[in-house]
Parts: sequence; C-alpha cells; structure tokens
Amino acid sequence: MLTAHERAEGGALDSKSDRRATFDVAAIRADFPALDQEVHGKPLVYLDSAASAQKPRAVIAAMDSLYLHDYANVHRGVHELSQRATRRYEGARDRVRDFIGAGDSREIVFVRGTTEAVNLVAQSFVRPRLQPGDEILITGLEHHSNIVPWQLVAEATGAKLVVVAIDEHGAVSADEFAAKITERTRFASFAHISNSLGTVLPIEAMIAHAKKAGVSVMIDGAQAVPHRHVDVRALDVDFYAFSSHKMYGPSGIGALYGKASHLEAMPPYQGGGEMITKVSFEETVYNDIPHKFEAGTPNIGGAIGLGAAIDYLNGIDFDQLAAHEESLLAAATTQLVDLGGITVVGTAPEKAAVVGFVIDGVHPHDVGTILDREGVAVRAGHHCAQPVMDHFKVPATVRASFGCYNTMDDVVRLVAAVEVCREVFR
Amino acid sequence: MSDLRDLYQEVILDHNRQPRNFGPLETASHKADGYNPLCGDRVTVYLQIQDDRIDDVRFDGAGCAISTASASMLTDVLKGRSLEEARAVFDAFSRLVTADSTELNLSDADRELLGKLLVFQGVCEFPARVKCATLVWHTWSAALSQETDAPVSTEE
Repeated sequence: MLTAHERAEGGALDSKSDRRATFDVAAIRADFPALDQEVHGKPLVYLDSAASAQKPRAVIAAMDSLYLHDYANVHRGVHELSQRATRRYEGARDRVRDFIGAGDSREIVFVRGTTEAVNLVAQSFVRPRLQPGDEILITGLEHHSNIVPWQLVAEATGAKLVVVAIDEHGAVSADEFAAKITERTRFASFAHISNSLGTVLPIEAMIAHAKKAGVSVMIDGAQAVPHRHVDVRALDVDFYAFSSHKMYGPSGIGALYGKASHLEAMPPYQGGGEMITKVSFEETVYNDIPHKFEAGTPNIGGAIGLGAAIDYLNGIDFDQLAAHEESLLAAATTQLVDLGGITVVGTAPEKAAVVGFVIDGVHPHDVGTILDREGVAVRAGHHCAQPVMDHFKVPATVRASFGCYNTMDDVVRLVAAVEVCREVFR
Repeated sequence: MSDLRDLYQEVILDHNRQPRNFGPLETASHKADGYNPLCGDRVTVYLQIQDDRIDDVRFDGAGCAISTASASMLTDVLKGRSLEEARAVFDAFSRLVTADSTELNLSDADRELLGKLLVFQGVCEFPARVKCATLVWHTWSAALSQETDAPVSTEE
C-alpha cells in the first residue's frame, strides 16, 4: 500500500503544474521559509546559492515524513517500514534517472556529493587504466574537488595531469581542449559550469573531441543541474556527477551517473554491507550495480530529500528560470560595473548566474563582512578554486550567485551594500 | 553602519592604506610565515632580537584590512619592547579580541600596554574576523621560537 507521502510524491508534478505557466518568483520565495528572516536587522538577501542553496518546504516535509512515519533500514527488512523506506529510497533513484535523462536506474549511484563521485571514478575507473606517462585532462577553472582526486591517482601511478588553459575572460575553448588530447590521454574530467566564475563550458564539443580520440569523459555538474536541463544520453557522456545541496536538496547526498557497461566493469570503491551478495572468509561476491558502489547503510533521508528537490524543480519551467536568472545576472553585472572601481572577474560569453568581482582597494573578506551587516549573504574567498584566482592574479573574489528565488530587489540591495563598502573605505 | 565603524575605525583604515614597517628585514634574526587558508591571508614577520629585546620588527604579505592593520600596528607597538613586555601585550590583545564585551576584563596596566591596539576591541563583535586580527600575532609568536620552517596557520 502506498503511504500518504508516496501518493503526494507521485502527484507532485500535477500540483506544481501552475508554476509552469509564468515564472512566479514571489510564489517560489514563499516556498523557502529560511528566506523570510532578518539578518543584522535587515531582510535577508541570499546570494550564496552556488555554495549551497536554501531548501523549499517540500524537501523539508519529505524528509520529515520519512522520519515521522516510514523510516527503517533499506534493502534489508521484510517488515513494512523497511519496505516503505526502500520504496521511497529507490523512488528517489528513479527520479534522478529521469531528471538527467539516464535510461536505467542501475546507472545512478548515490554518493555523498560531487566530490565523492569524482574520487570514486578516479580510483575505481581511471586508476587501474593508468601507466606511467599517461595523461589525465582537466581545465584551468576546476574546483579543487576536480583537481585533487586526479593528482592522487597521478601520484600513485606516475601519470600526468594536463590542464587546458582558460582565457582572459575565464572561458575554455573546445579547440584548445582538442589540441591537448594526445595518444597518452586516458581520461578527461571537467566542469559543466564553473563555480567561481559562472563560465558555461562547451561540453558538447569537448565530449565530441574526446570521443573521437577514444577518451572517456566525466562531467562535474554540481553548478549546472540547478540551472539547466541535463540529458546524459544526448551528451553521450561516460560519467556525470552532481550534489543535492546546490539544487535545493539536503547536503551529504549526491548522484553519480555512469554508463552501465562502465559501472559493471569497475571494481568496488569501498567494501562493506549492502555491496555484496555473498561473503565468506574465502570469497566475496559483489552485489549488482549500483549497490556494488553503495557500501553500508546509505543516506536514506538525504536521497529522499533529493528526490523531493527534483520534484520541486520539475515544477519549474527551466527556460523561464534561465531567462529570469539571466536578467538578474545582466542587471547585477551592469549596475556593479556602472559604480566604477569594480572589476568583474569572469566575463565569458556564456555564463550562469554568478558574478565574481573585486572592489578596488577593498579586500573581498572586508566586503563579505560589510555586505553581511547589510543583510546580504555572499561568498568571499577563493571558492575552492585557487588556480582560477592565480590566473586572474587576485587573492580572492566576492561572489554573488543567484538561484530560483532571487529577485531584482536582491540586485538593488547588493549594489547598495557595495556602495556602503566604498563609503566605509573612502 | 555604526557597528561597521566600530570595526573599521579610522586608525585601522589608515594602517591598511599605509602599512608601517612594511617589507622584508634583511638583518632579521627570527622570521615566520603565517597563512589563513580560509581567506588566503598571508603574512611574514621579521624580527631583529638582541638581549631579549626587539630591536626591529617588519612584516610583509597580503590580506584584508583587519589583518593588514593588525600587522602594521603590531610592528609599531612591539618595536623596542623587551620580550617579556611583548608577551604581555600578546596576552592582553588575545583577550581583547576574543572576549565577549560584557566579560572583557582589562586592568589599567593592560590598557596601557595595549595603547592604540584598543581600537581592535570592535573585532570581538565579528567572530568570523577574529582570526584576521590574530594571524600576525600567532606568526610573531612562532617567529620567537624560530619555527620558521612550517607556515603557521590559524586553522587547527
């Protein structure tokens, strides 16, 4: 029998269908209780969604209802609660499959987040294929989580990390990428969208170049999935990873898509319960994919929260969302530049809703404090992308990032708060 | 705005714009590097110490206004002090920037030792910024023990 919540989850699309007609940002804001508060005596303006996004009531309610009614361990019990928890957990996997256009739920591995997904692929798929002198290809705008796991396997095998340079706008050229592919290239991994600059990479062309050379590809989609539709089969990508917490779901959970043929051929990443079918002291038979990669009791509540976040996003028209975020990005960029004495860092032609900037004579860390006192939450720092900061010769930037709930009023408040910074430092 | 002025006082902004004793000290007998990986602030403290007295002290590096002003004012305040006095200033400064304002308990002697460093009292209202003010002091302390090989960090 379906629980009340399972029925609600099944019907989520219908109940949200009115959101598709027009992009109603006021209605969306009302879904996010945390936005409705004052910080330092001023209404909160949350411009740090690229670090982590706020959560809609539907996500909080889905996790609540699990713990209030349906919680038990998954894939183990014959009892009713375990059956319900398992149905909801596997239901979330099916939602992830549909959300990114995968054909088969077995190709969806639940992980802690994008970072764990990259480490899994690096250790389990790439490392066994590497010989000394082999090359792994990344780009100059990667997050540390798409650099360090490759350095670890390179160090262990004698392989080399090869980096495709970014240009002065923070863009990556598919031709430059193609030029770096050699007969020693064994794997390529790059972001769909840069976390620090907002640059959208030409991933279709980059994947095509890699395919032509027989090189498998992983995409770090952490910054992409909250903003645009992803279709892993249309991309014909080997691996695609993202985190739940940047797409309005809970933290500590994410998903790795991998082609079934790859996942089946890969050795397990971690050992334990859940990932086996038979264990004796002489021999262990591993479970089928994806469970082979999910050792131990998984993040059940997290997965169900992620499923609810997908339902929520499915109720939003992504084309309208993209147009809305683009208008916020354009307004924020223009108004900041018009103030004078401000440099926008990252001006690639195609960008997601991220503005990185520095104010002449004011360190980003001081800007972060002053904006916070004005009620405006931004990230100030190196954004776990120190090589990008080095490229632009800045120690850090201020990053304002927009999500589905941000408004033109938020842009006005950001610009006013930046003026306060300049007043303090006059 | 008023609480921002408690943090960004004119003296602090002035030391940020024109840091004193900035640049390497060729004759340094002690030296240490400090680094805050969270915000990327870097500072190097150079000391010329003779007979337990700080004859000269300089710094270089790059950081936010609070860390730059703190470093600049450290050099101003410590130059010519005995090591014993300097340690007492460090102790009083640590209490100044970390104490809740209601429990701050500084003696007249502490206040005299701190002198113009008292402008950093506003930092305790901004917990995220305490490390900016203390980075250079931990680096100075490390330089005393000549721990010059490994960079000092305010992160455990």
